[in-house]
Amino acid sequence: MAKKTLNIVESAYRAVMEEQDDTILWVLAAMQGAGAEHTVVLRANAVSYAVTNQGAPGLSVGAWKQTQAPKMDRDVADLIEKRKMTVYVIEEDLAERGIEKAELISGIELIPRSRLPGLFEEHAIVSMW
Amino acid sequence: MSKKTLTFTLMDAPYESANLTTAFRLLDVAARRGFNINVFAYEGASALAFVKQAAHPNPVHGKNLAEENHPTTKDQVAALLACVEENGGKLDWVNCGMCVDERGVTEFVPGTRRGSPADLHAFTEASDNVLIIPTK
Repeated sequence: MAKKTLNIVESAYRAVMEEQDDTILWVLAAMQGAGAEHTVVLRANAVSYAVTNQGAPGLSVGAWKQTQAPKMDRDVADLIEKRKMTVYVIEEDLAERGIEKAELISGIELIPRSRLPGLFEEHAIVSMW
Repeated sequence: MSKKTLTFTLMDAPYESANLTTAFRLLDVAARRGFNINVFAYEGASALAFVKQAAHPNPVHGKNLAEENHPTTKDQVAALLACVEENGGKLDWVNCGMCVDERGVTEFVPGTRRGSPADLHAFTEASDNVLIIPTK
């Protein structure tokens, strides 16, 4: 049985246009497919990944156009619905950014920062991204 | 009014930073407006024009090679060169020579060239404005 890993993600929108996804969420999904057991906590700027109906227009340079621009809410929903990962988001970080619960994708779980030590205890590995 | 010349210095490596997306949006606008453009691709950015970059399928997305249509910065550089030419401007894209040697990315998109900090100095002297987009 795989070691349970808690992944705390705080980096956001770093290379999403070039990679057409977030490289951290992507590698977690790929590892899950290889048998890993991941839990995700979105904190700091990464809480914005849970906001519905987001997305940027694709990049265009001259005649070249990007056709598959990223949608981070879709990718987080994929982790929850398809990969069956638990994805938490930190309530205080949402509040600091003025993000309401009603704006979030379904299936995401809100937790206060005070819940984190308990999550550390529940996982064999804690990875900070 | 004489044509303006702009110099951009890029430092981030491809596929690691949003800075380059911003840079290409600015470069695209400058090209469409017919400006003369200089680019000094320094440090990690010296790999932007590396011709052996390849698109890939994405099994996590459930997309094959064509469906994923993964962007490569070498294609963006090539498109920028074409756009500048179509709009009557000039683009001098310089890949820092020592930077490409360190990284083994010595094969460039045609129309870009190997250079040195002396090129950046010359660009700066000859430009109406210079924008550095540094690595943070």
